[in-house]
Amino acid sequence: MIVQFICRAILLGTPLLYGSTGEIVTEKSGHLNLGIPGIMYVGAISGVVGSFLYENACGNDIANMSAILAILIPLLCTIIGASLMGLIYSFLTVTLHANQNVTGLALTTFGVGLGNFLGASLINITKSELPSIALTKTSSFFATKLPFADKLGWVGELLFSHDFLTYFAIIIAIIVAFVLNKTRVGLNLRAVGENPATADAAGINVTKYRYVSTCIGSAIAGLGGLQYVFAYASGVWSNNAFGDRGWMAIALVIFALWKPSMAIIGSFLFGALCNANNYIQGLGTETQELFKMLPYVVTIIVLVITSMRKKREHQPPASLGINYFREER
Amino acid sequence: MNKQPAIEFKNITKRFGKVVANKNVNLTAYRGEILSVLGENGSGKTTLMNMISGIYFPDEGQIFIDGKEVVIASPKDAFDYKIGMIHQHFKLVDVFSAAENIVLGIEDGKYNLKNSTEEIKKITSQYGFELVPDKKIYTMSVSEKQTVEIIKVLYRGADILILDEPTAVLTPQETEKLFNVLRRMRDNGKCIIIITHKLHEVLSLSDRVAVLRKGEYVGTVNTKETNESQLTEMMVGKKISLNIQRSEPKNTVERLKINNLICKNREGANVLENVSFTAKSGEILGIAGIAGSGQRELLEAIAGLQHLASGEITYIDPKTNEEENLRDKTPLQIREMGVRLSFVPEDRLGMGLVGNMDIVDNMMLRSYRKGKSMFLERKQPKNLAEDIISRLEVVTPSANTPVRRLSGGNVQKVLVGREIAAAPTVLMAAYPVRGLDINSSYTIYNLLNEQKENGVAVIFVGEDLDVLLELCDRILVIGSGRVTGIVDARNTTKEEVGLLMTKSQEEGKENNNG
Repeated sequence: MIVQFICRAILLGTPLLYGSTGEIVTEKSGHLNLGIPGIMYVGAISGVVGSFLYENACGNDIANMSAILAILIPLLCTIIGASLMGLIYSFLTVTLHANQNVTGLALTTFGVGLGNFLGASLINITKSELPSIALTKTSSFFATKLPFADKLGWVGELLFSHDFLTYFAIIIAIIVAFVLNKTRVGLNLRAVGENPATADAAGINVTKYRYVSTCIGSAIAGLGGLQYVFAYASGVWSNNAFGDRGWMAIALVIFALWKPSMAIIGSFLFGALCNANNYIQGLGTETQELFKMLPYVVTIIVLVITSMRKKREHQPPASLGINYFREER
Repeated sequence: MNKQPAIEFKNITKRFGKVVANKNVNLTAYRGEILSVLGENGSGKTTLMNMISGIYFPDEGQIFIDGKEVVIASPKDAFDYKIGMIHQHFKLVDVFSAAENIVLGIEDGKYNLKNSTEEIKKITSQYGFELVPDKKIYTMSVSEKQTVEIIKVLYRGADILILDEPTAVLTPQETEKLFNVLRRMRDNGKCIIIITHKLHEVLSLSDRVAVLRKGEYVGTVNTKETNESQLTEMMVGKKISLNIQRSEPKNTVERLKINNLICKNREGANVLENVSFTAKSGEILGIAGIAGSGQRELLEAIAGLQHLASGEITYIDPKTNEEENLRDKTPLQIREMGVRLSFVPEDRLGMGLVGNMDIVDNMMLRSYRKGKSMFLERKQPKNLAEDIISRLEVVTPSANTPVRRLSGGNVQKVLVGREIAAAPTVLMAAYPVRGLDINSSYTIYNLLNEQKENGVAVIFVGEDLDVLLELCDRILVIGSGRVTGIVDARNTTKEEVGLLMTKSQEEGKENNNG
């Protein structure tokens, strides 16, 4: 029961981990990308479109499908789709100096709309009776477990029974933490987010760093959408089912104090909190809705505590949300 | 002495639009020497140095480094020629450690903070710096931050160092420490250029002094062969006659008494130290001083916008002759009493006007409380706006044009006009003519004079000494937050005021009661 609860929490938390890792990479460059919900949504639908096309090309027989392609095609589609969203964001904010909050919110609206449009189109093509589209075959490839998971009892279930995208998310978070803290690229990136004028004076290309980090961050966030569709929802896409996971990912960035390592723990905690209502007996529907508030309550508590402690390392990047213009007289 | 020229300027000219910032500057700095570049605010010192650090590009003229002509188009080029500039405003990332800031932006293959830290320690011990490489910038004092900036350029191998007003933020002890380090660097064969307006520092530190005045190169002298009065004369130049109509002050009454004002900045350093003076009705009190010596804080303190550490501000009501302490009043109450601040800060629109609102609405910012109904009353402000436009010759398409779209001079006229219209008893104007052409400036001067004749106590902060001498009745000179002297504008000279402006902090103490 507890093992099942934890596994479920990890499954639920992984999209949040992708989203927040991506947002951390983006925010470290000084971009407050509120388009993350839209970007994750676009990431998900891009993967769905990719896998839909591949499944259709292979016909009805699952044996026709290559495991590598079945995974690689949606993966690439997601990365491309989500990065394009990041590119739009960077172009608007860096090149055209658009306001970051407005741009981000617009991208969220746009991304959700685009996702629903493509989703509805696919449902139309399949002439499905249900308002959803099932890509269970592709999903089965994504859900492949490690072979020795079953043999190790509850330890196996707890540690090795997850889909590969879950491990991938943790690996990415660890890599991001390493790059940010231990490499020159990370130092430069943090400098860009803290004080772009100083970075510029030190010869760092602020524009390049902001573009690249935003696109990479978006790609990572997009993978969260992919994981949601193919691992959590078993390949079933229905419009708007993704819910508010994107916003939760942004809240998680604040909870994690802009640290990818904290995001790993935080995402699983958030996953557990989202799921707790299903494991407590005798809750009415209205109380269940209250339970869904928990991740945000926790985030607010963290915000209050960190602002009370006033530790500078726990503050957001100093120039977060501010566009950079090189001063010219 | 057999010295090699490290850097030479030949006929350098730099313009910003119509303004000439540097005109035909010829200057040579040698290896193994400390050269001071001396000049008033706006004399083009920093512009000149920015041209060798790659921030600006000269319009005319040539720069030679080690005898070869060079083109410095970017800060990176400057690094390549081993030029390092320490700016007045530090360029550091607060949450990074000193070491991280020092290595930031260097592309030399492997990133290894440990090795870099070792190297930093070598540099610090070589020149006698005190620095903990792991310390975070935000926990550092100003002088430590400056040390980081200096090591940053040394780490990059700079052997021509330019320091822009390095002592502006330091205590006397820290300054002495810095000077010792600089002397050690000079003995090591580095070329050091220090931009400053503090005469005693020039005399104690440098080998030679180059003087700039209003963008023009005046000359270079050996420090040993010069003295304060010669340098002051080179710096401020001969007096120019301006023909401002100045009337004798009539019926002067004490209006504002300032007593031992102390005001601290965010770092806890004193920006105003024991400032005392009196402002009288019917006279213009000029405030002279190098920019940033505490003028802004002083005016804001009177207007109730600055928190005071101690001191008293007493206002004498012209109707009742009663004394009132302004310290317990809110800015609104102070304004209602007739103390008006027409502050024109560095950022014109920053205080006083809202750029996106039109002239009428900006008028209303001061009178919106007077309306009787719950809706806005636009008629009076509109009349006032039109009155100001016609009287001060504000160039604007209409009274409903957003202030943002007016030129700087017209913005200032609107601001000053509005404050004067409120019939103040004390009018404070800081740099009201900055950026204005001659005609507009005279309009403003005449307005101030008119106010004075009406019995208003006018406090005028200016930067042009010629104007201060011609316009004001008394001049209060402020240096490093202290009053270094109060002189009679009719009987003083530019040299005297110039000397007071550049007086050291120690001397300031003695003259505080003057």
